[in-house]
Amino acid sequence: MAQVSSIANEQTSTPVSSSKSVMLRISRYNPEHDDSSKFMEFNVPYEKWTTVLEAILEVKKHFDHSVAVRYSCRQATCGSCGMMINGKPRLACFTKISELDSDVVTVEPMNNFPIIRDLAVKFERLFDTHQKIKPYLIRDDTELETDEREFLQSPKELEQYIQFANCIKCGLCNSACPTMATDSSFVGPQALAQAYRYVADSRDKGKDSRLKIIDESHGIWRCHFAGSCSQVCPKGVDPAMGIQFLRGYLLGFRS
Amino acid sequence: MTKDEHKAGIGGMANPTRYGIERVAYWLMRLTGLGLLAYFVAHIYETSNILRGQVGWDEFLALTQTTEGHIFLALVIAMCVFHTVNGVRVMLGHGGIGVGTPARPDYPYDPASQNYRHKIGIYSAILLAAIATMYGLAVMFGE
Ligand code: SF4
Ligand code: FES
Repeated sequence: MAQVSSIANEQTSTPVSSSKSVMLRISRYNPEHDDSSKFMEFNVPYEKWTTVLEAILEVKKHFDHSVAVRYSCRQATCGSCGMMINGKPRLACFTKISELDSDVVTVEPMNNFPIIRDLAVKFERLFDTHQKIKPYLIRDDTELETDEREFLQSPKELEQYIQFANCIKCGLCNSACPTMATDSSFVGPQALAQAYRYVADSRDKGKDSRLKIIDESHGIWRCHFAGSCSQVCPKGVDPAMGIQFLRGYLLGFRS
Repeated sequence: MTKDEHKAGIGGMANPTRYGIERVAYWLMRLTGLGLLAYFVAHIYETSNILRGQVGWDEFLALTQTTEGHIFLALVIAMCVFHTVNGVRVMLGHGGIGVGTPARPDYPYDPASQNYRHKIGIYSAILLAAIATMYGLAVMFGE
């Protein structure tokens, strides 16, 4: 709690006509030279539509440009800006301050991801586990040989996996998962949901090889269906549903 | 848990306050599982007292006839009923039963897997555990 700063009287990109302001607490930590994280506090004006990411960028612009935060699209599409906002993993660009219903907004790096600095975390493990489940169509005939040989799919077949294809790899699900909280080797809800995305695709023939990959001690069996992954997913992927369907194949409930 | 990995740790895993009743059920399931395992070990120890003959057996059994013994057994009833009923719900869920149907998601993206059937299952497990515990207490203290 080193400092409290206010930008109410300065020029901001958020209109200063705003009568409301919020205390933004940002966790600061640089693993290269800090022993522990500490919070810095800033008073930031906001409007009904101001997002947490915009508030952080205001702080960067006016007080401390060294605050480390990752973002790109600002529209819940790139999956870069995941962080703990008031104790829950959320996308900063998709979370309006007004909807948090609090005078204090605390932002911290996502749990279960190594910290690069401040709010930016490493995604290597998520990308590795994602890659491990073979996130692509597996077929015997990989190349189209004649004009008429498209991989046709009916709208009904598309419905089987389209919601899982919405994943933006933001990692919020892995951050909320209670197994990931203690098990460094667990494959995680993001990768498991993607395994189901391809298994459920009528064009794919890789079901057996994917089931083999996840059927191990730190694989699908570590999921206890707490459902927290689905509750925080900002794209409606519902990883818990996909994981249970996937386990249904292994348990013989589905074929 | 190393600082490096920035894991939420056991505290984060056990915190039941942030993700709805499903996370509470997850936490209770783990807790009752551990409790029942401890009871199972204690039960084996208890029944092994038969090797000390009738006197040893009666002496040990008398411990369960105290107020503390009754409260302990009431807790075992609660754990047992919750773990069984919620266990059936979780097993069905694990097979992909009652977890919804895949569909194009619409904002605000209410997850279909966290549906009312599972919520009813969780509340029923809690309610049945409470009823069974009260019945057990009535029987034990009503003697
Ligand atoms: S499943 Fe949802 S929460 Fe998880 S990485 Fe994909 S979009 Fe993010
Ligand atoms: S900035 Fe792209 S998802 Fe938030």
